[in-house]
Amino acid sequence: MDSVIEMRNIRKEFPGIVANDDVSLSVQKGEIHALLGENGAGKSTLMSVLFGLYQPEAGSLWVHGHEVKMANPNVAGELGIGMVHQHFQLVHNFTVTENMILGIEPQKGGVLTLKAAAQRIRELSRQYGLDVDPDAKIEDVSVGMQQRVEILKMLYRDSDILIFDEPTAVLTPQEILDLMQIMRNLQKEGKSIILITHKLKEIKAIADRCTVIRRGKVVGTIEVASTTEEQMAQMMVGRQVTFKVDKGPSRPGPVVLKIDHLSVRNSRKIMAVKDVSFEVRSGEILGVAGVDGNGQTELVEAITGLRSSESGAIFLGGSDITKSTVRQRLERKLAHIPEDRQKCGLILDFSLAENFILENHFKVPFSKKGFLQREAIEKNAVRLISAFDVRSAEGPRSKVRGLSGGNQQKAIVGREIDSNPELLVAVQPTRGLDVGSIEYIHKRLMEQRDRGKAVLLVSLELDEILDLSDRVVVLCRGELVGTVSAQDTDEKAVGLMMAGVPQGAAG
Amino acid sequence: MISIIINIFPYAIAFTIPLLITALGGLFSERSGVVNIGLEGLMVVGSFAAAAVTVALAPSLGPGAVWVGLLAAVAAGALFSLLHAFASINLNADQVISGTAINMIAGALTVFIARTFTGSGNIQLEMGVPRVDIPGLDAIPFLGPLFFHKTYATTWIVLALLGLLSFVLYKTPFGLRLRACGEHPQAADSAGIRVRRIRYAAVAISGALAGLGGAIILVTYSGQFNGSVAGLGFLALAALIFGQWKPWGILGACFFFGFAATLANASQAEPALHVIPDVVLKVFPYVMTLLALVLLSKRSQAPRASGQPFEPGKR
Amino acid sequence: MNFQVNNKALLVGVSAVVLGLLAGALLMLVTGNDPFQGYQYLFAGGLMNGERIGNTLAMATPLILTGLSVAFAFRTGLFNIGAAGQALIGGLVATAIGLTFAWPKPLLLPVVLLGSAVGGGLWAWVSGWMKARFNVHEVVSTIMLNWIAYWITYYIVPAYFKGQFETESRIIPQASSLKVDWMTNLFSGSYLNLGIFVALAAVVVTSIILNRTVLGYRLKAVGYNRFAAEYAGIHVSRHIVASMTVAGALAGLAGATLYVGYASSIQIGVLPSIGLDGIAVALLASNSPLGVMGSAVFFGVLESGKGFMNAMTKIPPEVGDTIIATIIYFAATSVLIERLFTKWGKRKPRGDRT
Repeated sequence: MDSVIEMRNIRKEFPGIVANDDVSLSVQKGEIHALLGENGAGKSTLMSVLFGLYQPEAGSLWVHGHEVKMANPNVAGELGIGMVHQHFQLVHNFTVTENMILGIEPQKGGVLTLKAAAQRIRELSRQYGLDVDPDAKIEDVSVGMQQRVEILKMLYRDSDILIFDEPTAVLTPQEILDLMQIMRNLQKEGKSIILITHKLKEIKAIADRCTVIRRGKVVGTIEVASTTEEQMAQMMVGRQVTFKVDKGPSRPGPVVLKIDHLSVRNSRKIMAVKDVSFEVRSGEILGVAGVDGNGQTELVEAITGLRSSESGAIFLGGSDITKSTVRQRLERKLAHIPEDRQKCGLILDFSLAENFILENHFKVPFSKKGFLQREAIEKNAVRLISAFDVRSAEGPRSKVRGLSGGNQQKAIVGREIDSNPELLVAVQPTRGLDVGSIEYIHKRLMEQRDRGKAVLLVSLELDEILDLSDRVVVLCRGELVGTVSAQDTDEKAVGLMMAGVPQGAAG
Repeated sequence: MISIIINIFPYAIAFTIPLLITALGGLFSERSGVVNIGLEGLMVVGSFAAAAVTVALAPSLGPGAVWVGLLAAVAAGALFSLLHAFASINLNADQVISGTAINMIAGALTVFIARTFTGSGNIQLEMGVPRVDIPGLDAIPFLGPLFFHKTYATTWIVLALLGLLSFVLYKTPFGLRLRACGEHPQAADSAGIRVRRIRYAAVAISGALAGLGGAIILVTYSGQFNGSVAGLGFLALAALIFGQWKPWGILGACFFFGFAATLANASQAEPALHVIPDVVLKVFPYVMTLLALVLLSKRSQAPRASGQPFEPGKR
Repeated sequence: MNFQVNNKALLVGVSAVVLGLLAGALLMLVTGNDPFQGYQYLFAGGLMNGERIGNTLAMATPLILTGLSVAFAFRTGLFNIGAAGQALIGGLVATAIGLTFAWPKPLLLPVVLLGSAVGGGLWAWVSGWMKARFNVHEVVSTIMLNWIAYWITYYIVPAYFKGQFETESRIIPQASSLKVDWMTNLFSGSYLNLGIFVALAAVVVTSIILNRTVLGYRLKAVGYNRFAAEYAGIHVSRHIVASMTVAGALAGLAGATLYVGYASSIQIGVLPSIGLDGIAVALLASNSPLGVMGSAVFFGVLESGKGFMNAMTKIPPEVGDTIIATIIYFAATSVLIERLFTKWGKRKPRGDRT
């Protein structure tokens, strides 16, 4: 029994919630240990405790057999623990070197000595095969390199226990394979790795053992080799999970959305969408696949009217809406489930009822002659709450800020679907949600498609795209590199396109 | 034309220098992520402290009292700024409101205390900072009389501080950490940096420098404490934006404002400027500021986390 | 309207006042005065008799309006530090109209009021437009505009409206003053004028707009979350500009009540303190129009009484300003007070959280 990390009976509370309830975890030296749980189960919290960002209410931490108090990340660092965060902790306008040495700056007489540090970075980079440019600014560097910088940060500090928090969210399938190879190399060099994830495929591919967490409690620890994905999923969720959505054949009708040679500039004046053309018909779901930052955001902004396009045209139901305002597009039956529900989809300090009428507050019966009609607004909220299973503390009057992520998203989905749109644009509709909410939202999206509506689904989760879509288009660097039917393709083929290999170019 | 410039140059410099040191204080605070609208009030506090201490010590220390007064201004400004630091950093209060409160408290409190001693709320200074000619350099043709003749000692102190602060911000570990706190405090936190502590230090520095700025106004061209610095603290904020949060850019911006404001006052002395109506000259610096803001606010290079409260552990 | 929020806001407001008064008491003690006596004269000075009550209300009148101005802007996510300049411009327009047109009162007064609202509104419109179009922070732009207003007044008044002294304008004719005989007599010769009715009307109108209308809904949406508002089809720029303009109009009316109501001439060389005080009023009232009324009256008492206190006890009148400033500080840091109250009170049941 050579455990390098032991967490015993950890309890971590936040106001109103117990994030970790009597959790125990044991990691062997030189193993890759996965921490599996759905969104909100408590995995990230547990690792934050290990890394010294949070102090537990109860329980103990043991490193290399000695009990320790992890007061802050510095202590964790000194004990050899390093963490690659889900959202990179990099300062955008610092160089790679400056980011690397932040907190442990080498100096001579009070002055920073960056050259020596850059040299050491180059050596480490060579040793571990992690290609980085020490003098480049983070904002100019690819996401893949940013992640390598995060990994090198740990190695620079001589970490030998490495925690990876959902590392594959921002990578193409190829980059994911590269990362797995990197992790195997690190394992060979004697490092121990804890991998936080909710992706079963990756656990099967690389982990030795896996601890499953559900609602803050440990369900069990298993040997990955002898456990199936279905078994792991059942442990994670607590019941049988069907992965495939019941999908009948699609019966596409007339074209609802037509994108015609569209080009869009982003906020930095760079062309983010380049001459893209495609169509979405009623009764089908078109999925847009691609790695984050390849133009999807700008494409959606152009379609919904939040950003003007450089050239090309957008047709909705036959009418040219390229220059229409957001309100005009909403009137033409376009609905939008935005990427960031808290920033763009809801007004957190408004009540649930007020949020439901965000888009048609000025129409009868919600307002008459400029005055709001409270009764009608409340009735509408009651109806939507029951129709879309939105759970809240005080019903229509609840401030939306107090709702869980899943219920917030259901409220948005309810509002958009209730407007009876011809085209529903859904961007990352299940991001950060628990399995129950994910299933619910997938069902409602299918329902829209079966009722003859057109759905444009933009998602970074390739599984979601392949499960739900009838057809898939792939964006890479702003260009449309391929269109396929979902049945005729697989993750590998789409992955190649996401990395920029045009359709049909690879064997 | 040239003669106008030469005539007003020393006055322009005198106006620029306190603006510059205050803006540099604001720079440190904002670069660490804390917006400090209270620079105006901190200048008033500095002005008051310098006036009170100088007048009190004049009988015993003579001309040396002025320097003690300046030190008192630095200390007073730093201490007073801790109110803003506590509100913004520990209590996550709205930083703009907290800064405004500082301005109001400073204005009222200093006049209140002054009134209990002098009855009128104003404190008159009998002496100022000495004016020196830099030997040797003042003999350079054209530049000599312009830059090195009858200069205030405080001008050189401030310029030295500019160099020092620039160095600290870009070449020392403290400066690197401070900038990290202003751009991405979570990243700094993960790297083990004490974000709150650094922000406190930065706000204290801004208080100290703004206090010094207010005191310099007093001991160079004003000579009297009267509870107000006529909007210079806000002008310093505008200089910060105009200078795009970089020390040398701020220097340029402050020079610009210094000249604009001095031109307004110079119309009395320079008949050539009489053609322009007085009101135009007086509003010129403010209008220029607005124009500058219009041109520069769109592609702002403000520190990304500026003005946002920091919650440890949130990621 | 959530009753619970109102209770909390009230508690926070009252606590801030208490803390401010404590700070004032401390100041009085430290300078060798008796705080009990000080406060006795302070409040007596504001409330002792009919005339004093009239003066208190008269002083509160412009504060109600600037408080509304700041509160309205705050609800839409904007910080209006420019109320002083907007009030000055409004007052200047009011005085100019009053001194130029010799019309009878029932005709002249509405024009005067309209003019002041338009003047203040336009002045604030500039800031709103610069923010919407160029992303210029309204704090810096309104402050610049304050000083521009200051200097414009400084030169226009002596040039066109010079009165007995260099530093102020001619006295306005009775016809253009908000003062009316029956009010002056009712309150034994105080400065109370029709302005109070203007202020009360403004409170009612702003309250209705914010709580019951589509416009108010949109303004609040933009103020709370401009991104979500945009996504929902609400025109963010237009509403930012609209909000600042309305705020400016309210401040302009404040200027009218000050310069052709309370006073009868306009002075140069001074930025009216009702600008910054309006911020205190709004913050103390948690930006609710009804709360602004109560808050402004409280400040009216302080303003009105500090002269009396100074006459009877030698305590400098600036203590009043210090109390006000301290109240703002505590209102701004109300998070602390809120936290304390939540700890002592019951925890609200929460919905299921991820």
